[in-house]
Amino acid sequence: MRLYIEGVGLCGPGLDGWGESAPVLAGERDYAPAPVRVPPAALLPANERRRAVQTVRLALAVGAEAFAAAGRDPSGTATVFASSGGDGENIHQILSVLASSSREISPTRFHNSVHNTPAGYWSIATASRAASSSLCAYDDSFAAGLLEAAVQASSARQAIGLIAYDVQYPAPLGDVRSVGAPFAVAFVFTPERTAAAFAGLDLDLRPGRDASGFGPPPLEDLRRGTPAARSLPLLAALARREAASVALNYLDDMVLALDVAPVRGDEAKLAARSGSAAP
Amino acid sequence: MSAHARADVRMPPLAISDFSVVTCLGAGRAPTLAALREGRSFLAPCTFDAVPFPAYAGEIPELDNSPLVGELAAFDCRNHRLAALALREDGFADAVAEVRERHGPARVGIFLGTSTSGLQQTEMAYRNRDPGTGRLPPEFDYARTHNTYSLARFVRSACDLAGPAFVVSTACAATAKGFATAARMIEAGFCDAAVVGGVDTLCATTLYGFHALGLVADGPCRPFDVERRGISIGEGAGFFLLERPDGRHGAETIFFLGAGESSDAYHMSSPHPEGIGARLAMEGALEMAGLEPAAIDYINLHGTATPVGDAVEDRAVFDMFGERTPCSSTKGFAGHTLGASGAVEAAFCALAIEHGFLPGSPHTRRVDPAFRSAYASAGRPARIERVISNSFGFGGANCSLVLGRAG
Repeated sequence: MRLYIEGVGLCGPGLDGWGESAPVLAGERDYAPAPVRVPPAALLPANERRRAVQTVRLALAVGAEAFAAAGRDPSGTATVFASSGGDGENIHQILSVLASSSREISPTRFHNSVHNTPAGYWSIATASRAASSSLCAYDDSFAAGLLEAAVQASSARQAIGLIAYDVQYPAPLGDVRSVGAPFAVAFVFTPERTAAAFAGLDLDLRPGRDASGFGPPPLEDLRRGTPAARSLPLLAALARREAASVALNYLDDMVLALDVAPVRGDEAKLAARSGSAAP
Repeated sequence: MSAHARADVRMPPLAISDFSVVTCLGAGRAPTLAALREGRSFLAPCTFDAVPFPAYAGEIPELDNSPLVGELAAFDCRNHRLAALALREDGFADAVAEVRERHGPARVGIFLGTSTSGLQQTEMAYRNRDPGTGRLPPEFDYARTHNTYSLARFVRSACDLAGPAFVVSTACAATAKGFATAARMIEAGFCDAAVVGGVDTLCATTLYGFHALGLVADGPCRPFDVERRGISIGEGAGFFLLERPDGRHGAETIFFLGAGESSDAYHMSSPHPEGIGARLAMEGALEMAGLEPAAIDYINLHGTATPVGDAVEDRAVFDMFGERTPCSSTKGFAGHTLGASGAVEAAFCALAIEHGFLPGSPHTRRVDPAFRSAYASAGRPARIERVISNSFGFGGANCSLVLGRAG
């Protein structure tokens, strides 16, 4: 199954946006871990911005970056959101109140507890009435989201946005579910080559398991620690702008096999001018 | 046709090779059918978690004392106890095993939905934190209970499947979306069959949360009633086995014909006041099924009995179907099973098609005179060939399914 990538968004520790981070992921600059700086949710009105939980701020930031890079209007574009859990702080607050004598939880905390909270805010912020799914496959949620996004784009012959994010749980949940630094990534995919496409992506599901590591230790630690950061090998391949194969583990017994190749600008422009996709 | 519904295109129908359903109406299709036909509600005053406010609920008491044992004991939580029950009923696990043998375990996908998964296990763990350290009890297993994916992981283990799997969690539209995913995955060639549906069970978060929003009725829910005052939360499970049709599927087969998905782009916990998202979902489902509204014999409404939600859905349904197509909400039977409602109500619809009846709406005494759709308060025998079933959730997530006989 073939897709094209029009735009990428990224937010992680020491990774402030795709444009800033691509040279680091390509190995051209050293990686310097730093606390995650989540941009304010510029898409939201001021009153919502203050109340927005961390997952919402992360998802909206990377989604906005990817769609801006693609030059595509998010309002008519379907989306897939993938996360290994919800907003850790929010559910911790709810669980703490429910374990107390009052048990009166905040209605805002309650609606922010659903897995599709970022998708809901994205739809409101971008005025998008397009289809949107929010899914989970534990540590392999990014691979599952990529598979679902690819299949949707291919089935509907339409562009799609994929937004994956993961944040930490505070104690005591954090003691039993360790997640590394907050991390979010977004892609805009199209089923056919467009003028904005800068890379092609062939995707297949195969039995097996990939044991190879990735990059120098701090980036490898990030990849292993935060489920959404399992996207790092794909991001690095895109950053290098060279043909590469990447295997993402999926559910212990499968890999999502990805073949990435840059799309040369002149070919893409020719395809756009002739109004049809290049082979 | 709106440009926004275009994500759904025509798809080949998928055969429903088997399905199972468990709610407070009973375990399996037979008791469910009896209750639906007789118009018997099983909603009762809520005893769960000793909630201090008046509420009705659709509880399944046997979940309190039927722990999972053996190889699957680590998955033990209320949600997976119900999942295990639904897999056992109606020969569903046997049907899955047969399909597994025929296609191979890696060719059977699992695309389930849940809203709260095993969150109730974490609620109990927080109440049993170590008084000194604040730590959760050592036996608490986050990955196999609380985590949203744990439902698919449980079913994958219980059924020995090895195909692609994930859990869709779009609040009360979760299980309906799993049907759409399965159709796309089979079309794309990533699997040959799929287990879809899902499970949601009672927990304190939803009871207190909906109460905090002022959306829980003090009595049984009364969908589309002029005196409707909110929801009654239920727990339920519905599983469907979907396959490409072949010679095994005779004339009695019911098919999944289409799904439509949309977003409201309006509010996190209130529907769009003009029902735009609801209408886009229904239009998308009909488009994918290649059907006109006149081809639908019955509309199973989301109809949770909130003042605003029912009014909005009435408007969207009337705009599309006029006053001709009968519709009802079945929430008065077993309550609102939240993330499971898409699959539970798809099962109710499949029974209506199979056995020729139109489900009524227990507890609805006087339909809101401002409503214009053809609401059926009382059930009746009827020839039902094709149905559309609506599921709408928090975050403005909408999904409609079309089920029915072939051609």
